[in-house]
Amino acid sequence: MTISRRGFLGAVGIAGAASTMPGTAQAWQSKAPPDPYGCLVDLTRCVGCRKCEQACKEVNDLPEPAVKFDDLTVLDAKRRPDQNTFTVINRYYTGRIDERDKLVPTFVKVQCMHCQDPACVSACITGALTKKDNGAVHYDVNKCIGCRYCMAACPFEIPAYEYDRPILPRVRKCTFCFERISKEGGKPGCASICPVEAITFGRRSELLTLARGRIEGDPGKYIDHIYGEREVGGTSWLYISNVEFGKVGFQKLPTRPMPQTTETIQSSLFSYLWSPLALFGVLGAVMGATSRKHDADTHDKEDGHDA
Amino acid sequence: MTHKPQPIDRPFWTPGVLVMLALMIGAALTLIVRYTYGLAAVTNLNNHYPWGIWIGLDVASGVALAAGGFTTAFLAHILGRHYYEAVTRPALLTAALGYTFVALAVFFDIGRSWAIWKPVVYQNHTSALFEVAMCVMAYVTVLWIEFIPVLAERLGGKIRLLAFLDRILDKTMWVFIILGVVLSCMHQSSLGTLMVIAPTKTSPLWATPLQPLLFLTSAFAVGYPMVIVETTIATSSLRLESEMNVLTPLSRITILLLGVYLAIKVGDLVSRGAYATLLDGSAQSNAFLVEVGLGVILPWVMLLFPAVRRSRRWLFTAALLIVSGVMLNRFNVFVVSFKAPYANHPYYPAIGEILVTAGAVATIFFLYRLIVTWFPVLSAQRQEVSR
Repeated sequence: MTISRRGFLGAVGIAGAASTMPGTAQAWQSKAPPDPYGCLVDLTRCVGCRKCEQACKEVNDLPEPAVKFDDLTVLDAKRRPDQNTFTVINRYYTGRIDERDKLVPTFVKVQCMHCQDPACVSACITGALTKKDNGAVHYDVNKCIGCRYCMAACPFEIPAYEYDRPILPRVRKCTFCFERISKEGGKPGCASICPVEAITFGRRSELLTLARGRIEGDPGKYIDHIYGEREVGGTSWLYISNVEFGKVGFQKLPTRPMPQTTETIQSSLFSYLWSPLALFGVLGAVMGATSRKHDADTHDKEDGHDA
Repeated sequence: MTHKPQPIDRPFWTPGVLVMLALMIGAALTLIVRYTYGLAAVTNLNNHYPWGIWIGLDVASGVALAAGGFTTAFLAHILGRHYYEAVTRPALLTAALGYTFVALAVFFDIGRSWAIWKPVVYQNHTSALFEVAMCVMAYVTVLWIEFIPVLAERLGGKIRLLAFLDRILDKTMWVFIILGVVLSCMHQSSLGTLMVIAPTKTSPLWATPLQPLLFLTSAFAVGYPMVIVETTIATSSLRLESEMNVLTPLSRITILLLGVYLAIKVGDLVSRGAYATLLDGSAQSNAFLVEVGLGVILPWVMLLFPAVRRSRRWLFTAALLIVSGVMLNRFNVFVVSFKAPYANHPYYPAIGEILVTAGAVATIFFLYRLIVTWFPVLSAQRQEVSR
């Protein structure tokens, strides 16, 4: 009993050490592209016309919506992007009123945020999701196995899934119009159609300057927060607003990139497979020692019988 | 142990076996619907809740409860405590069947079942799921390789390939035994890493970077209780001797292993200050209290009493509490803890999901019964005293 107990303590110790030791891995490093494209959405400008939704459907060849685009009653309910809709506009009443005491709505466009260090990309079992240099989080259906870990991992709850397709379901989300923005001068469908310039497409670094300029130019109007500048380590899509983001459907999220902890764990434990190899070695040594002892014992016994 | 493992001579078609068959048919019908109309037709999964009980119970708990395989192999073969060899074969069979069904559950759950091989080619090394998938694939193979000698003992005379493989394994089995333990440690812990990527979508009660260590230590702790539960069910339903002479010492080791798990769990909760919400009456808090109170602390205290460890009934009760506790832990981490920020309704498993899970469990019992009937797995002697 005592021997086996000691052996077990040893194994638990090894396992415990393996789970906490930094090993050969270096500190975690962001894999974010240095100068990606992005979009700045100015919530003070959006009028909720849903032109961006319509453009998105046309550009991405998505099925027609059940409710026509000019029917604004859909705004009565909060919607989410889904497998047939990559972007939606939601309407919020935050209590702001105009000069005639009428409630003023705030419209919020929702789509994939195209994180700088996306949780979905880190989680994807086959690497079907990748963060491109131009900023797009890109989905390759040919690698996807449909495990939906990207959906579990996404802090913005964006990737949607074709649960009604039995054999060939796809993960569906905003593509950032990857093909279009890969071409010189190309813009995403939504950004190019917006009639009130609520969506500005450009380099993320330039958009941040632009956003800061607008906030500083009218501090009475804007709240001092660029949503997406620091959230989850930064996103390619950025928002500025005249109302608290928490009141219009945005979550309060940490500034730490989502994959940092898990990637640190994975690389500390498994880089060069050092911990499995070490464990194999230790167990092999233990097994060798015990089996030699066992052989010796049985030999002794047999010798005893013979004598 | 003087008894050798041998096939059991009991009638196979019992009422219990018929119930299992019925559950298997229910699951099969559900799966036909799943592959005709998609996951939406048989599950309550949606864009808010991408994972349900097929992942939280069938896969996560399945992996944990198959831990009896590597923990007994470690004890009997690596530490050389040959006294425990009596339980290694049934534990190995449970693990082999358990993991085979874990793989099947994944196969049914992923949207593109036919693409299940793709992670072997398209590898994403930052993904904890990739690591789990590779280890589980490798470990299923290792488990069935470890089982070849059992098959060869019975069929070696008829199937020459089996006899041939058995001869090779005679010299090389140690590699597979060690590999089995290493692969188990790897994926048991990585399974705990899975939800760490979504700290904002999981309850603080379970959202800890120590989750991989907790999963690993709880897998160590649940291995022998699982052997105790399984052996007691098998020996009592097949009316064999109880094997308490092996189970009682296993329960003593469990005190230490479960204690280590409990200490880390409590330490983690206190150091993160996550205990603050424990008494708020929410579903999460209650599930956590049941998980730790009834599933860890109560059985741990029970096992401290020698009278409990020596009583077949009480030992079974304590072991069953531990097994249920670890099962609930996996379910909690993957299902109860999960908070979808934009969901309007919580997730509850659909009838179809429950049917498939029940059918999978029934199939495992069915195959276990089938295999111990025909192959030399169980060492316990037939009880000579009748009735």
